[in-house]
Amino acid sequence: MKPSALQPNRRVISFRSPTAAPLDGGAAPSDDPLIRSPAGLFWLLLHAICCLLSLALGYRFARFLVFLFLFSPSFPLSSPGLLLLHRRPDLPLSLPQPPPPNATASRVVVGRHGIRVRAWPHPDPAEVISAHRILGRVQREQRLQYGVRNPHPLLVVTPTYSRTFQALHLTGLLHSLQLIPYPLTWLVVEAAGRGAASNETANLLARSRLPVLHLPFPGRMPLRWSDRHRFESRMRLHALRVIKERRLDGIVVFADDSNIHSMELFDEIQKVKWVGAASVGILAHSGKLETAAQRQLSKEVEEENSPVPIQGPACNSSDQLAGWHTFNSLPYVNKSATFVGDGGTVLPRNLEWAGFVLNSKLLWKEAEQKPDWVRDLDEVVRNGEEIESPLDLLKDASFVEPLGSCGKKVLLWWLRVDARYDSKFPPGWVIYPPLDITVPAKRTPWPDAPPELPSDKMAANQDHMEKRSPKTGRSSRSRHSSRNKRKREAQVDARTSVVSQRQAK
Amino acid sequence: MGKGSWLLPLLLVSSLLGTISVQELEQRHRTERISGSAGDVLEDDPVGRLKVFVYELPSKYNKKILQKDSRCLTHMFAAEIFMHRFLLSSPVRTLNPEEADWFYTPVYTTCDLTPNGLPLPFKSPRMMRSAIQLIASNWPYWNRSEGADHFFVVPHDFGACFHYQEEKAIERGILPLLQRATLVQTFGQRNHVCLKESSIIIPPYAPPQKMQAHLIPPDTPRSIFVYFRGLFYDVGNDPEGGYYARGARASVWENFKDNPLFDISTEHPITYYEDMQRAVFCLCPLGWAPWSPRLVEGVIFGCIPVIIADDIVLPFADAIPWEDIGVFVAEKDVPKLDTILTSIPPEVVLRKQRLLANPSMKQAMLFPQPAQPGDAFHQILNGLARKLPHPRNAYLKPGEKILNWTAGPVGDLKPW
Repeated sequence: MKPSALQPNRRVISFRSPTAAPLDGGAAPSDDPLIRSPAGLFWLLLHAICCLLSLALGYRFARFLVFLFLFSPSFPLSSPGLLLLHRRPDLPLSLPQPPPPNATASRVVVGRHGIRVRAWPHPDPAEVISAHRILGRVQREQRLQYGVRNPHPLLVVTPTYSRTFQALHLTGLLHSLQLIPYPLTWLVVEAAGRGAASNETANLLARSRLPVLHLPFPGRMPLRWSDRHRFESRMRLHALRVIKERRLDGIVVFADDSNIHSMELFDEIQKVKWVGAASVGILAHSGKLETAAQRQLSKEVEEENSPVPIQGPACNSSDQLAGWHTFNSLPYVNKSATFVGDGGTVLPRNLEWAGFVLNSKLLWKEAEQKPDWVRDLDEVVRNGEEIESPLDLLKDASFVEPLGSCGKKVLLWWLRVDARYDSKFPPGWVIYPPLDITVPAKRTPWPDAPPELPSDKMAANQDHMEKRSPKTGRSSRSRHSSRNKRKREAQVDARTSVVSQRQAK
Repeated sequence: MGKGSWLLPLLLVSSLLGTISVQELEQRHRTERISGSAGDVLEDDPVGRLKVFVYELPSKYNKKILQKDSRCLTHMFAAEIFMHRFLLSSPVRTLNPEEADWFYTPVYTTCDLTPNGLPLPFKSPRMMRSAIQLIASNWPYWNRSEGADHFFVVPHDFGACFHYQEEKAIERGILPLLQRATLVQTFGQRNHVCLKESSIIIPPYAPPQKMQAHLIPPDTPRSIFVYFRGLFYDVGNDPEGGYYARGARASVWENFKDNPLFDISTEHPITYYEDMQRAVFCLCPLGWAPWSPRLVEGVIFGCIPVIIADDIVLPFADAIPWEDIGVFVAEKDVPKLDTILTSIPPEVVLRKQRLLANPSMKQAMLFPQPAQPGDAFHQILNGLARKLPHPRNAYLKPGEKILNWTAGPVGDLKPW
């Protein structure tokens, strides 16, 4: 057993230099035979005793000896803020002999070291900020190097109208658009009753830092979903007409306000030459709470199709456009919603506008290299055709470029969530004066039953609703001191009557 | 007008030059040329600069061992096998030993594997000794220089010390018979017994196809700040901690386990290579030995290596300026690792990434089959070529003997 077992943590002395003094017990191989000199004999005896003792006592003896005879000059004594973990307070030890003249001794010592833990091993917020700055700079550089060189500006076309959930949807879309690193123009087509843009929409749009074109469109958004889809198509065509007239340059994206867009969509769009199609995931759902039986049924239905229906381009094996995945509406035949706010499932059309992107030069009257497989927009509008999807604007649909690795990647999600058509919503939420006590309302303002189709009964309902409004106003208010009761009633009545008037139109 | 007539072509020429230089600038913007202390030598071609003679050893030294266990071809010590194969078919090989500058002995010392796949070095000294005895008795070239113009590939943990435990390796020292030979090894630590002045440090073997198969598009944003996957405590061999990695890995864990910037854990994810490509810094701390394949992986995937190993010598240190490419952190500074890394200016980070993006840098770390220009095989040959011509004391006078054939532990003298 070599003395290295006795002193496991000794400084390394290079064997290269033969002038090194032999260590206790002579670790250098084959230099001086140990047994010849009495000194050697003595050391051997000491060695044997130490071996036996360490067999008995284990490492504790070795540590004791080492503490006793040797010291370490090289252990970094406590710099401020560092403390050794309690686990192994052993010091890395070394012999006090001077290093041999030729070789420079290593600072690195073999053996057990302490585990250094600082006093407060938690992140420092300033450092986290600078780390994020570094990450941001690295990502900016990546985008500069590997991203699109000359990004095309985007023209985002959104049909909208003032309603309960408009703030919800539009703000979501607004935030998505603000994240896009490319220059964009937002064309918001609003279906306003009198043909003028409403204040609510204008207020929402003013919050964004984007360049917005607020285009009013005469006509009210119909209540039936089939009519509504057609109306929206007309609104989008209106926007396309504006693009054509003003010769706006860029890539036209149809972003409906309730859809969910992934940022990758906007990166993929930059690759489009003329017309591109992306895969749209359809989140069709029903507004009703399903009972257990119904859930079972819907699960079976789901298993027949894919878990989430996807519309988009279908490619053959050589990555060329071979056809289209459209929406299979058969499973939903009995459950589909007919008008806004009934409990049925809202279904998309076969191919939604949102999945297509166009180069705006296709719409211009004259553009260089404009392909001949696109129809003139004015002609189409003049004929009064039904435009279901941008494919109807093309004579030949085979020139469409599939996006997102040939449609395999779903880049946006189609969703229609809307409040009931008769939901009253104030333009802003203000509680004035502040309430003293809050108590849960005893009666919810709207019954659970789906509303009746108002188309025939509009006139009859008008006074019905007006009669109802003060009652609902009262029940949705919370209790308060009687002093302000009359004032409050007057305010609420005024507001609800305004809303009901708008409804009645 | 005399003056006007040459103005126009001058303008044309200068605009042409301008566009060319803009393109170069763009390309240069993405990568940067690498030149180490030996100069811009990464892309040198060794063919014509040296000649290597490969000894024909009986297959029990190489092929038979490989046949017994083919895992030797995929583990991180596979460089010795691939170097042999490369030299056999390389244009630097010469069949005439008289004109050779360097002599190579193909002996696979790191191919005796445990069932777990770790190499056992206990028989390696005897195997090496037996191989040297063979070449010394069958060819005159060993005795002519006592091995000064011979080179051996010893990719084991501590090189030619042939032990996996550092203390035992230090005790044994480099095999005495290899005292004068050039060692091509993965282990490198300054002022360490197991590193000779003349050794060439190489990267450990990492399978090139496996890494190429996991490349992700380069525009995927790098969103992880620091990344590491591996052990912090070697519970099997060092349960208390403090021995393994000299306590550095344990210190990393204790200090940064709940730091959101540090994505460190002991898991083995399937997306290991993909995650490295989404990270800015990759930790390469020492383990039982200071070198690890993480350095190679970091370079291939463009993740800046943070090297935590005191006095380590990195591969091809004379050709690659590692201080410019990686971040070196002393083991005692590990508790301050987050301060160190976050205080690096972003321009320095970008420059390091540009250096890493240099394709010749990535090539130099790999051992592709078949060999490609600029890869690690060629860097080894370049290193050998830079040592030429041999110094005068390489060749012994007749009758002179330096090596002691009976040196070393008694167990090594047994025949293999």
